Amino acid sequence: MTITEKPNIQKNIIPVLETVSDPEIPVLSVLDLGVIREAIEKDGLVQIKLTPTYSGCPAMDVIADDLKKAFSEIGKKAEVELVLSPAWSTDWISEEGLEKMEKYGIARPLSESHDKDVLLGEKKLVKCPQCGSTNTHLVSQFGSTACKALFKCDDCHEPFDYFKCLK
Amino acid sequence: MKNQNLYNYILTIADNSLILAQRLGELCGHGPNLETDIALTNISLDLLGQTRSYYQYAAKISDENKTEDDIAFLRIEREYRNCLLVEQPNTHFGYVIGRQFLFDVYHFMLMEKLQYSTDETLAAIAKKGIKEVSYHKRFSSDWVKRLGDGTEESKAKMQEAINDLWRFTDELFFMTEAEKEAVKEGIGLDVSSFKEKYYEEVSEILNEATLSVPENNYFTKGGKDGVHTEHMGYILAVLQYMQRTYPNMTW
Repeated sequence: MTITEKPNIQKNIIPVLETVSDPEIPVLSVLDLGVIREAIEKDGLVQIKLTPTYSGCPAMDVIADDLKKAFSEIGKKAEVELVLSPAWSTDWISEEGLEKMEKYGIARPLSESHDKDVLLGEKKLVKCPQCGSTNTHLVSQFGSTACKALFKCDDCHEPFDYFKCLK
Repeated sequence: MKNQNLYNYILTIADNSLILAQRLGELCGHGPNLETDIALTNISLDLLGQTRSYYQYAAKISDENKTEDDIAFLRIEREYRNCLLVEQPNTHFGYVIGRQFLFDVYHFMLMEKLQYSTDETLAAIAKKGIKEVSYHKRFSSDWVKRLGDGTEESKAKMQEAINDLWRFTDELFFMTEAEKEAVKEGIGLDVSSFKEKYYEEVSEILNEATLSVPENNYFTKGGKDGVHTEHMGYILAVLQYMQRTYPNMTW
């Protein structure tokens, strides 16, 4: 799936949005993550449309609060609305975001068919973020959060999170 | 209420997710090992997230000034519309997996159709939910196979759970008045239309797990009409405790 709708984000708001990060992956800003669908300032009010990564993602409430706080610190009022459609996909994470994620120690999502292969244990494709080896195996389909699976590297023996492909 | 049919229809779908999420939540810190503990509570979280989306929508269309919390916590037992399957207890790990598997296969087929509902909000929730449910189904099917085709004991326990839970599967395809009305209005779907496909897929996975497909044709139902098994009261006692004891409390 490709991005069906390019997010409508007003340029002058971008620096503020860049300061708000995902509490679970603090190196990723909400823009890297692709969860901001719209952000426009109108009559002194910043209107933001936020889309959840997973339905039950507990980070969403925190992100909404953090957004309001970031704007109130520069004397602006922000309103956050949660939108479900179109549904978020891992394709919306920016390339820069994927690189930051890997540096942080989380393996990036593979393509949909490769994702299925590794989760079913049929192929070894997930790259260990510590040593770069693809000699890794799945430990659990669900990791520290709903969006990640737990893997272990068979070369450096380090466990790590893999960000599951969601499409 | 103007939208009584839609309201009831939303609950028919949402209550399954709420009660199953609650059942899985009971296992937090009690899973057989760390990985399955985390997996089961993650599935619970997904279901709870979906429940919130449905209840927020139900609250919005209700003209009685309700909130999502009122709907989740302040109904009496007879007003919950979940099927009997999801309220069955976590007797042992075989039951947890069996219940999840029998529900996931159904849930996936339901989401597959609901994403094309003419009701935009229901379609959006389903489009989001189906991505999560496909992971749930993969998890529970894998475990059915692992336990079924595992040791003598795991096989016996998995078979016991499937045999015991089988009688609740027929209700999934029973159409309540709310569902029939929703179909007429074009927002809901005819669950009986994928009954055959459901049993085919379930049987296929059970065969692969070297388990036998139960042959009994005694089925029980009632949950979708608000008539629950004896387990439901206990679930609600725990679920509703805080709101009943401290009305309107928030975190």
